[in-house]
Amino acid sequence: MPLYHDEDQAMLAETASQFIADEGAIAKQLRHLRDTGCKDGFDHALWKQFAEMGFTGILVSEEDGGMGMGHVEAGIVLEEIGRNLTPSPFLTSAVVAASALGGASADLRGRYLPGLLSGDSVFAVAIDEGLKHRPERIACKAERSGNGFRLSGTKDFVIHGASADMLVVAARTAGADDDRDGVTLFAVPRDAAGMDHNAVRLVDSSMATHTRFDNVELDGDAVIGEVDGGREVLNRMLMAGRVGAAAEGVGVARGAMDMTIDYLKQRKQFGKLIGEFQALQHRASHLYSEVEIARAVVIKAQQLLDAGSEKADLMSSVAKAKVARAAGLSVKEAVQMHGGIGMTDEYDVGLYMKRDRALQEFMGDAWYHAGRVAELSGY
Amino acid sequence: MSDLETFRAETRAWLEANCPSEMREPVRDEEDVYWGGRNAVFKSDAQKAWFDACVAKGYTVPAWPKEYGGAGLAPAEAKVLREEMTRINARSPLSSFGIWMLGPALLHFGTEQQKLHYLNQIARGEIRWCQGYSEPGSGSDLVSLQTFGEEQGDHWVVNGSKIWTSYADKADWIFCLVRTDKANKYQGITFMLFDMASPGVSTKPILLISGSSPFCETFFDDVKVPKSYGEGIPAQVGEVNRGWDVAKYLLGHEREMISGAGGGDRTATIGAVLKRLVGEIDPVLRAELAMFDVDALAYTAMGEKFLDEVKVGKAHPAQPNMMKYAGTELNKRRHELMMAAGGSRALEWDSAETRGGQPARNWLRTKGNSIEGGTSEVMLNVISKRILDLPGA
Repeated sequence: MPLYHDEDQAMLAETASQFIADEGAIAKQLRHLRDTGCKDGFDHALWKQFAEMGFTGILVSEEDGGMGMGHVEAGIVLEEIGRNLTPSPFLTSAVVAASALGGASADLRGRYLPGLLSGDSVFAVAIDEGLKHRPERIACKAERSGNGFRLSGTKDFVIHGASADMLVVAARTAGADDDRDGVTLFAVPRDAAGMDHNAVRLVDSSMATHTRFDNVELDGDAVIGEVDGGREVLNRMLMAGRVGAAAEGVGVARGAMDMTIDYLKQRKQFGKLIGEFQALQHRASHLYSEVEIARAVVIKAQQLLDAGSEKADLMSSVAKAKVARAAGLSVKEAVQMHGGIGMTDEYDVGLYMKRDRALQEFMGDAWYHAGRVAELSGY
Repeated sequence: MSDLETFRAETRAWLEANCPSEMREPVRDEEDVYWGGRNAVFKSDAQKAWFDACVAKGYTVPAWPKEYGGAGLAPAEAKVLREEMTRINARSPLSSFGIWMLGPALLHFGTEQQKLHYLNQIARGEIRWCQGYSEPGSGSDLVSLQTFGEEQGDHWVVNGSKIWTSYADKADWIFCLVRTDKANKYQGITFMLFDMASPGVSTKPILLISGSSPFCETFFDDVKVPKSYGEGIPAQVGEVNRGWDVAKYLLGHEREMISGAGGGDRTATIGAVLKRLVGEIDPVLRAELAMFDVDALAYTAMGEKFLDEVKVGKAHPAQPNMMKYAGTELNKRRHELMMAAGGSRALEWDSAETRGGQPARNWLRTKGNSIEGGTSEVMLNVISKRILDLPGA
C-alpha cells in the first residue's frame, strides 16, 4: 500500500481539516476553556459535533454501527486536533478505549459503543501507575469476589478521568506485578462505588486524575477479553494509543513549524526579514526534514496496524519516539525563533510547547520507546 | 492471480534459475562490484553468468524501454523485481554512472539517435562513464565552472580541469560540463560527451583519508571534441549553452541515489548487529544506538513514502534535497556509532580480522557523503528557498 492518503482518505482529511480549524480553533476552544476554568477540560458540545461528523465511530466496526475504518483515518482527525490544539476526548475514547471495546463481549459493546457513537459518552483509560508510562508492570489488583472482582489500587495520569462515563482499567488478577500474564482489563463505570478521583489540571490545560480504587466491586461481565489474558487487549490499546498520540504529535509539530516559518517571513530586525539569516534558514530546514520523516513513519505505523502486521508493535514505538523528538524540536525552535513574543501567553506558540510536553508523556516518551525498539530488536 | 502476482511468481522463478548463489553473497569489496567498460574483467564465472543473464533479460536497466536495452517494466513491476532481488540478497549485476546518471539525462533530454546509441551501450555495460562536474574553484558554487570549450569549425577545443571525478582513471567516456559562453553564467554551459582516450585528457587519482582513491583530478589540455558523432548524435546532451538544465536535472537524481545509499536499505538498523559482533554494550551507548535505530527506521519509511509519491507526482520537486541531507547525515552517524561500538578493534587499519581496516575506512569514507553531490549546507539552502520559500534564500 503506498504511503500516502488514498482518495477517500484525502477527502476525509479535507473535511476534518476544515471542520476542526473552524470549530476546534485555539481561540474558540483551548483558550476559551482555559480562561473560563472549564472543569472537564473539553467542550461536550464539540464532542457531540465530532459524533455528528462520524469521527467518534471511525474505529468502531460497521456491525456495531461505526464507520469500520482504521488508524490511518483516526490519525487524520488526530493530526488536525494536534494542529489546532483542540481539547477533545477523541484519543482516549474513540481511539484507545474503542480499540479495547472492539474485542469486548457483545454485552459490553452494546452497553458502551452507542454512547461513543452519539457523542454522549466519554471514556478514559487507566493504565499508568506512577510517574512514567511502564505498562509492563501492573500492580493495581482485582481479586475474585463472588461472581465478580474487587478492584484496589491507584492509577495515575488518567486523562479525562473525572469526566469519563467509563474507565478502561488494566488490573492484576494473578501473578507478580511484573508478570506478562495475569493482567485483566475491566470496563469500570463512573458511578461504581469506591472510586476517588483526585483531578489535576496539567500544563496544557487538560484534566487528568490520580484515581484510587478502594475495593470497587465489579461484575464478571465488566471484563474486557480474557481473565488473566488481558495483555493482548492491553497491547492493542497501547499500539493504538502510541500511533494515535504520534499522529496528534505530528499535527502539533506542523502547527508550530508553520507558525514559525510564517514568522520568519514577517519579523524584521537589523533592517532585514529574519528569515533571510542563514543561521535561521538552516535550522528551519533541518526542522522541516525531521517533521517530514516523522510524518512518514506515522503513516507507515498506521498502515501496519490496520493490516494487522506483526511489525506494527515495533513500528508503533518507532513512530512515537520519532514524533516525540521531531515535535519536541519543533516547539522548542518555535519559541526560540519567535523570540520574546514566543514567551508571552498571548501568542499561541507557547500553547504548542505545553501540549507537546503532555503528549510526550502520554503512552510513553522517546526514551521509553527507544528502549522498546532496542529490546524488540534483540539488544 | 493478478498480473502483478503472476509477474512476481515468474520473476522469482527466473531469479532462482539465473542468479548464482555466489551472487547472493553480500558485497565484500570493490572487486565484487562489476562496473563494465572496455577494460572490464569479471571476477568470477558466476559474476559473468549473472551479468549476461541480466543483459539478455533487460534487467541491468529494468525500467528502461526495450528498444534502449531495458525490460520496459512498469514502475510497479520494477518494484516487484527490486523486492524479489532484495529477498534473495541478489547483487546488482552492473554498477554504472551511465545507468544512474547519464541514462536518466538522455532519456529526458537526448535525441532519439543518442538514446538508441548510448543507452544500449550502457545497458550492455560496454562503456564505463564518469562525470565531470566539480572543479578546483567550483565546488558548492558549481555554476562558476571555468573549463572552457572553444568553438573551432566542426569541433570544440576543451581546456581546463575537473576534480572529484569518480573513477575517471577507469572510465571510457565522460559526461562533462563545459563553459561555451563566458558572458552568460547559467546559459553558457554545455553538457558534453567525449572519449577519455582523446589526446590531451589525463587523470590523477586523489588519495582520500580512507586510504582509497575513488576520485580523480582530470585535466583537459587542448582536447578536440567533434561537434557530431553521426546523424542525430551531437556531442552535447540538450542544446549548446543549455547544459545547466541537464546538470540540475541530474543533480536531483544524484541526490536521490546518495540519499538511498545513506539510509533506505535493509541494513538500516545497527544495534542488534553490533551486539552480536561485540557482545556487551555500554548502557549509555545502547541508548544512543536505540535512538539511531529509531531514526534509521523512520528514515526508511520516509524513503518508501518518497518513492511512492515520486511515482504519482506527489513529491515536492525539491524533496530529494531533504532526502539527501537526512540520509547522508544519518549514514555518518551510523558509522560513528559503529566505530564507538567496535572499540580498539575498529581502529585496525590493515588487519585480516577487519578485512583490511573496513570499519575505519568505511567510517572515513562516509564523511564525504554530506559533501559530494551538494553539501548538507547547500541542501539546507535549497530546502529554505524552494520548499519553505524563505526570503532571500
